[in-house]
Amino acid sequence: MIACDIGKPVRKVDNDIKLSGQAQYIADFHVDGILYAKTIRSSCPRGKIKKIDMPVLPNGYFAVTADDIPGKNSIKFLIDDWPFLAKDKVNYFGEAILLLVGPDRAKLLELADKVHIGYEKIPAILTIEDALSGNFVPIFGQNNKFAVYDYEKGNVDEAFSKAVKIIREKYATGYQKQAYLENQGMIAVPEKDGKVSVYGSMQCPYYIKNALVQALAVDEKKVRIVQAFTGGGFGGKEDYPSLLAGHAAFAALKTQHPVAVLYEREEDTAYTTRRHPAEITLETALDGEGRILGMKADINLNGGAYAGISEVVLQRSIYNICGVYNIKNLRVTGAAVATNTVPNGAFRGFGAPQVIFAIEMHMESLAKAFSIDVLTYKKMHIVKQGDRTATNGIFYDEVKLPAMIEKAQRMSGYTAKRKTYQAKPKLHKGIGMSLFLHGCGFTGSGERDIIKAQLKLCKQKNSSKVEIFAANVDMGQGLQTSFRKIAAKALEIPITDVLFAYPDTERVPDSGPTVASRSIMIVGKLLQKAAEKLKKRWQEDNDIEIIQNYEAPQRIKWMGEKSEGDAYPAYSWGVNVVEVKVDPLTYEVSVLGTWSVFDVGQAIDERIVEGQAQGGIFQGLGYAAMEVMTNDDNGRSRQNNLTNYTIPTSMDFAPVENHLLKTYYEDGPFGAKGVGELTLLGAAPAYASAVAQAMNIHVAKLPVTPEYIMREAEQNE
Amino acid sequence: MSKIKFILNGNAVELDVVPTMRLLDVLRNNLGLTGPKEGCGEGECGACSVLVDHQLVNSCIMPAGNVAGHEVITIEGFNKQSRYKKLADTFARAGAVQCGFCTPGMILAAEALLNEVPHPDEQQIRQAISGNLCRCTGYSMIVKAIKMAAEEGGGLW
Repeated sequence: MIACDIGKPVRKVDNDIKLSGQAQYIADFHVDGILYAKTIRSSCPRGKIKKIDMPVLPNGYFAVTADDIPGKNSIKFLIDDWPFLAKDKVNYFGEAILLLVGPDRAKLLELADKVHIGYEKIPAILTIEDALSGNFVPIFGQNNKFAVYDYEKGNVDEAFSKAVKIIREKYATGYQKQAYLENQGMIAVPEKDGKVSVYGSMQCPYYIKNALVQALAVDEKKVRIVQAFTGGGFGGKEDYPSLLAGHAAFAALKTQHPVAVLYEREEDTAYTTRRHPAEITLETALDGEGRILGMKADINLNGGAYAGISEVVLQRSIYNICGVYNIKNLRVTGAAVATNTVPNGAFRGFGAPQVIFAIEMHMESLAKAFSIDVLTYKKMHIVKQGDRTATNGIFYDEVKLPAMIEKAQRMSGYTAKRKTYQAKPKLHKGIGMSLFLHGCGFTGSGERDIIKAQLKLCKQKNSSKVEIFAANVDMGQGLQTSFRKIAAKALEIPITDVLFAYPDTERVPDSGPTVASRSIMIVGKLLQKAAEKLKKRWQEDNDIEIIQNYEAPQRIKWMGEKSEGDAYPAYSWGVNVVEVKVDPLTYEVSVLGTWSVFDVGQAIDERIVEGQAQGGIFQGLGYAAMEVMTNDDNGRSRQNNLTNYTIPTSMDFAPVENHLLKTYYEDGPFGAKGVGELTLLGAAPAYASAVAQAMNIHVAKLPVTPEYIMREAEQNE
Repeated sequence: MSKIKFILNGNAVELDVVPTMRLLDVLRNNLGLTGPKEGCGEGECGACSVLVDHQLVNSCIMPAGNVAGHEVITIEGFNKQSRYKKLADTFARAGAVQCGFCTPGMILAAEALLNEVPHPDEQQIRQAISGNLCRCTGYSMIVKAIKMAAEEGGGLW
């Protein structure tokens, strides 16, 4: 039985199987007669494929090309422009062209070396600047933009006409690789009558199913998707797995053998989706006291070679550009541009980390221009309950930022340290505080109009067990435990009486993808409602099946075409503090301490939420400080493993001290809001602010590498 | 091919393999032990960790021939020992398990440390797991789990 406080931690249901090494990830599957697929990739960033010279394939070896795709050769997204296998042209270095399939992986590598592809090169667009220059033939459409947005709130021109001072700044953020420890992998098994079953590492079983139904041109009954244990996702297993699943399925159907597509680290790092690099311009009109009258923001995201989900990422960027600040007159323009580089995709935060960094650093600059203490300046502008959001929606719930800031100050000693480090620049120490929010769930009307989640809860006659049927996955974030807890609590039964298998699209309804910090808040609420219904019918002497469909909260209003209204049903909030010391000779940064305060509503399990906080902040610090990813002149990633793409180790940063605020959100299960993404957003601006103070520089770029600090510090001298 | 004899999880084994094969492949493919994972294939991430003569080793960069005459312990062997039971308990209580992919390696890294240093301080723990990458937890809850095991392990190490 779950005690009255649902937040009290319980043992995670999958601890033992993972600890003992028995959890079967996709590469651990043993399948008789399995063949492996090796992807042959473009060595040209942009060009026409002129010829493909193939080696003679030994018996039992096959080539799979675009011609083997029975249906539409493009992955199903909002815009279907990304081919599973390139046919006539390539648009990025590393684009998949064909697959070699056979029983021996070493032999496949040997054969792969003998495939020679000739290209007629076309000048490649490699950067956002190239993409916007108009000097190249567009990759996409007429203007080379996958999506363009433009919205305004209030009267920006009037605000700027009244301005005493106008400050304009540019910010830039880099790539970030999800770098889950388990590389991407899928196994497709051909079944009777043209059916195919696909097993693998994934966040969104139904995205894959829908992609395969379209690509195979089959009835939906012919495609079955089953999630295996998934070794981390962080967004990287939201969109890209559809491509792998397609490859495995085409090969399985052609060869009539089970086929595994298992990426190694090099392939996964260099050729799968990453966080979008961004260039952000903020221009702010201020009165004589430094108060913000209005702001113009322009945001460009590097989408890579194909649209994928860039438009949705861009939406989150443009609707969160104000961060936690009340800016009454606002004009935002934004674009996701096409470049001949690896397509970018989902990564924890989804377009928000870029803009939260920019707005937080911009607020520092504005405070500085008026010689106001930065925290005082931020507090002058933070939103409160009833204020308008960037898109003229409403902050319906209480905003507890003032209390959170106070708590973070007490935990970290921020105020005294900030003063001391300002007074003693020779210490080369700094402390920075970031304030941030995260819109929980899909942007706009996505839940209501696109996802339309459905969940099923069943109890068999004469059984005390209840089974949850949902498509949401556990990729490490603890959903196997949290969902069981919600059902157990609502039904007042032991958690061991709640079953929740890994999703299999033949068993579970489409409760939507495991993304956007939506699983607990949106699907968990469906589960709570279903459980409450089941409880009322508990005594019935028959099988009981409860179907629960998503209904949008009454108060939410969204007009997509105008980018107006409530872009999110609710917001989670955070305050981060990072303290650093910079070595003035090497410009290496030591993190001395990190503190965080989060408002995520009611935690479904405090220990699980603590794990999200700890892990999210470390990923954010990696983004801030050390995770460098760049392309060469061919748009080829210079980083392709964990040696040259370094992620934080246990030695890199001081431990995080975290505090959870207890609040209640009425439309979330037992009061819960979204957690996962929020925790990554604040580390980078807090770190950047601390480094800026320590070295008396302005930080306008992520990651804040020692080389960057050196350049900025030397410019100051 | 040559014959390689070693002790695996307490049992003598004799295999006919190319001695330059990676130990990880021999364990996973020839012996069916999938507890050691391949995360990077170049000794960077530690997901493939095993114990060789009780030292922590990345099995993805060790030739199988090197273990001839030595003792190899994988998570499949270690998970039957009382030391494992203590670590599994503290890992669960500290919330040290998320996606689980690094977990078997982390457990063995903890064992290798505690076997040498039964009462490590925080810095020693951080050092001991610094060759084992985790992308989920931010490490502190793993560090705490190892500290708890050392404190509660009374006589196990």
